[in-house]
Amino acid sequence: MPLAWLVIIVLAIATAGYVVGRSRALSAAGGNARGLHSLPVYYGANVALKIIVPAFGIMILWLLAQPWVIERSVATIIPDSAVAEGSNRGLVMAEVRRTASGIVNAVASGEMSRDVAEEQPGDLEEFTQRLKDAGQVVTSTLSAPVVAAAQRYNVLSATGALYMAGLVVLASLAGLVFGISESRPDFRARNVVEQGVRALLIGAASIAILTTLGIVLSLVFNTIEFFRLYPASHYFFSLEWAPSFSGRGGSSELGVLPLLWGTFYISIVALIVAVPIGLFAAIYLSEYASHRTRAFAKPLLEVLAGIPTIVYGLFALLTVGPLLVSVFGDGGLLGVDWQGGGRAVITAGGVMGIMLIPFVSSLSDDIINAVPQAMRDGSYGLGATKSETIRQVVLPAALPGIVGAVLLAASRAIGETMIVVLGAGAAARLSLNPFEAMTTVTAKIVSQLTGDSDFASPEALVAFALGMTLFILTLGLNVVALYIVRTYREQYD
Amino acid sequence: MTDTLSQTPDAPRKSASLHTQDARTKKRNAAEARFKFYGLTAIAIGLFFLVVLAVSIVRSGLPAFTQAVVNVEFTLTKEQFDDAESQLFKTKAYSGFFNAALVERLEASGIETEFDEKAVERILGKTGGTIREYFRENQGELGSPVAFSLATSSRVDGYLKGRVTRENMEDSRFLQRADLDLVDDLQAAGILKQAFNWNFITGADSGVDNPGGAGIGASVVGSFFMMLVVLFLSLPIGVAASIYLEEFAPQNRFTDLIEVNISNLAAVPSIVFGILGLAVFIQFMHLPQSAPLVGGLVLTLMTLPTIIISTRASLKAVPPSIRDAALGLGASKMQAVFHHVLPLAMPGILTGTIIGLAQALGETAPLLLIGMVGFVARGYPDGFVAGFTEPNSAMPAQIYTWAARADVGFYEKAWGGIIVLLLFLLTMNIIAIILRRRFERRW
Repeated sequence: MPLAWLVIIVLAIATAGYVVGRSRALSAAGGNARGLHSLPVYYGANVALKIIVPAFGIMILWLLAQPWVIERSVATIIPDSAVAEGSNRGLVMAEVRRTASGIVNAVASGEMSRDVAEEQPGDLEEFTQRLKDAGQVVTSTLSAPVVAAAQRYNVLSATGALYMAGLVVLASLAGLVFGISESRPDFRARNVVEQGVRALLIGAASIAILTTLGIVLSLVFNTIEFFRLYPASHYFFSLEWAPSFSGRGGSSELGVLPLLWGTFYISIVALIVAVPIGLFAAIYLSEYASHRTRAFAKPLLEVLAGIPTIVYGLFALLTVGPLLVSVFGDGGLLGVDWQGGGRAVITAGGVMGIMLIPFVSSLSDDIINAVPQAMRDGSYGLGATKSETIRQVVLPAALPGIVGAVLLAASRAIGETMIVVLGAGAAARLSLNPFEAMTTVTAKIVSQLTGDSDFASPEALVAFALGMTLFILTLGLNVVALYIVRTYREQYD
Repeated sequence: MTDTLSQTPDAPRKSASLHTQDARTKKRNAAEARFKFYGLTAIAIGLFFLVVLAVSIVRSGLPAFTQAVVNVEFTLTKEQFDDAESQLFKTKAYSGFFNAALVERLEASGIETEFDEKAVERILGKTGGTIREYFRENQGELGSPVAFSLATSSRVDGYLKGRVTRENMEDSRFLQRADLDLVDDLQAAGILKQAFNWNFITGADSGVDNPGGAGIGASVVGSFFMMLVVLFLSLPIGVAASIYLEEFAPQNRFTDLIEVNISNLAAVPSIVFGILGLAVFIQFMHLPQSAPLVGGLVLTLMTLPTIIISTRASLKAVPPSIRDAALGLGASKMQAVFHHVLPLAMPGILTGTIIGLAQALGETAPLLLIGMVGFVARGYPDGFVAGFTEPNSAMPAQIYTWAARADVGFYEKAWGGIIVLLLFLLTMNIIAIILRRRFERRW
């Protein structure tokens, strides 16, 4: 039975419960709502809540637990001999899962009869071929334990789904009976419902914590797995980044330093572009610009922040890169041969700088506006010009906030992905030349995880270690930046 | 100012006039003008970049919406049809009829160009197959003129758009220089024309060697299903979380923890959310890879902080007197919030949600990690439920896939895809602005 039907059944029972609970409470009070403790709708809502919350709770828990339980039970029937040399149990289980879903799909599309799918196949090659004919991707001829495990997997999944459906329907019926029995006129329905709603609200708010927890756990576990396969000292101190694509060769050199260098270099170039332009724009907008200029220029600048990063990436790859080559490249305008290809640090950094201009300018704008007018007036009263006031009074007062804004921009630059994937190149290098292609942490996360690699090899797992590095870096920058901004704000409020 | 103190008191002050500026005043005024000029320049540079970006998008992207087609009116008689069907090389026979019609058309317009079947094939692809298919399905139209509109190969298309020129092209089995003369003649005769490329709007991704047939339609559908997931999860969850934090949460450690988490999540790089999606939704929960459902879940987690922050702002903007009045009339706290505060804050919440959705729509990096890359988008999903679970791509991921391909013909498609994406974003933002203008209330 598909999940959607189960959801619909529970919702239908809940609707019925709502109607019955409401009318039962009303009739118990003799049809007069004044005889009830709460408004009639609360009696209905009480019944509906008692049905929906346990039913969906069981459903979600079951769905989370089932694959895990089945996996453990199926894994025991695979003998150690079925795990090939150089492979591991995780890989075999992945094949089992693929085969299991392949069989289910083949049966669903009518290419394979139910009996064939469930019986032990006599001829494995024929069985594999039938799966291939049904359009299910099966790499090579399946081994007997894998097929047996896959069939067991399907049987267990089907029984599990059946049990779950039964349990969920039972739970909702129990909720229905219990809720209706509660619907008496003196029952404090409103208080109960409001308690329930409050609990749901708290649950929604906790999703933020769960998300952070999910990020940290998924990074930590995979990073530990990575360091089990690859020495940490090499990861942190090796000056070379050269993953081997052969799979489990052990010949990969996965040093993070070249990637970190590329990340920082590109971010610095981006900040060199964004900070002066953004800061001067903010100063002009908040101190000089007329109301009309401000109303016109500020939203237009902020359009730059609303453009998706893929657009900037394409802009770097196809417009800015070739343009820079035509200036700095061989036979270019300057007659120097500095830049070999469009993908370079300066391409990615420059375009990222453009993206960050509105980020720096709106944050600085807010901070400059927060400097009290009395400080400016004092400076003007002493005969200072506007620019002198800005340089010697406003900016020093706003400095902590501006530093915070720059740090936030830096954290954005470090975490930016699409611009560097398209504009910065793929070669990891430790070099000072801004016209050379370099690569970054984010670009390598994408390239290591988008291939056909399996998740058990160090070449794929390194992406999680890179993600962890990135997460800690940006988190640290954000915490420092927010701390600086907050301390500064306290001075004038 | 410190400068005034540094003057020695003994030196006799020059008689200063308000009308003539002394050197120091001039210097200070010049510095003032310079400073102001720097500010103006910075704004001008920012706006200049915006204009350059807009111009390069429009200029490089518009050609994706047109396609060179050959319009030939072509009559196939019943005898010719039967004749062709009886032959061994059926499509070749059809090609022969078509080429004869083409020669006739060219001669009628006063141009005589020698060309062979191979040249037509290089320009138009294999015409015979298309024609045979059409007439086999519409046998009733045998004998009456049918207007065929056949798309040219992507290189001919590029020649008309200026991407391919006689100088930069090399003779190959795809196109030869001599063919360009025929193309010129066809164009002069009005047979070859630029037409609106509907396939780009409605089609799906094509193979790596066929940039002409690539369309963005399938990935628009993928994006749509993803946005449905984001809307139906992030709006209720975000509003519920904001209501709790703004109206009910006591000042304690737990509340602080939630607040810190939300502000940190808002600044976590999007690719980290992609890693989360890969590890939790695909590795751990075994949800289908490349499915819009998973993409929607990841983007939901990503947009939640944005929606919570804007929802809290609009809840805060509802004056306390509204709550007090409701409480004074005997409403419970929950009733005051849900019956009075929330409806008043709704326009602000919707505006924030639309802006959050627009952000999610343009996000690429996390989608690449969960497998929603462009070449997955080979067709439309089979139905509504399949739309969530069948592998598909999304607009920005499709654009990335095109940009990463070697064939230059795909770059044009990538720019065109960006125009489509930006049109969606523009519409969403305009709706948000209208909502804000229309329903914004000042208390």
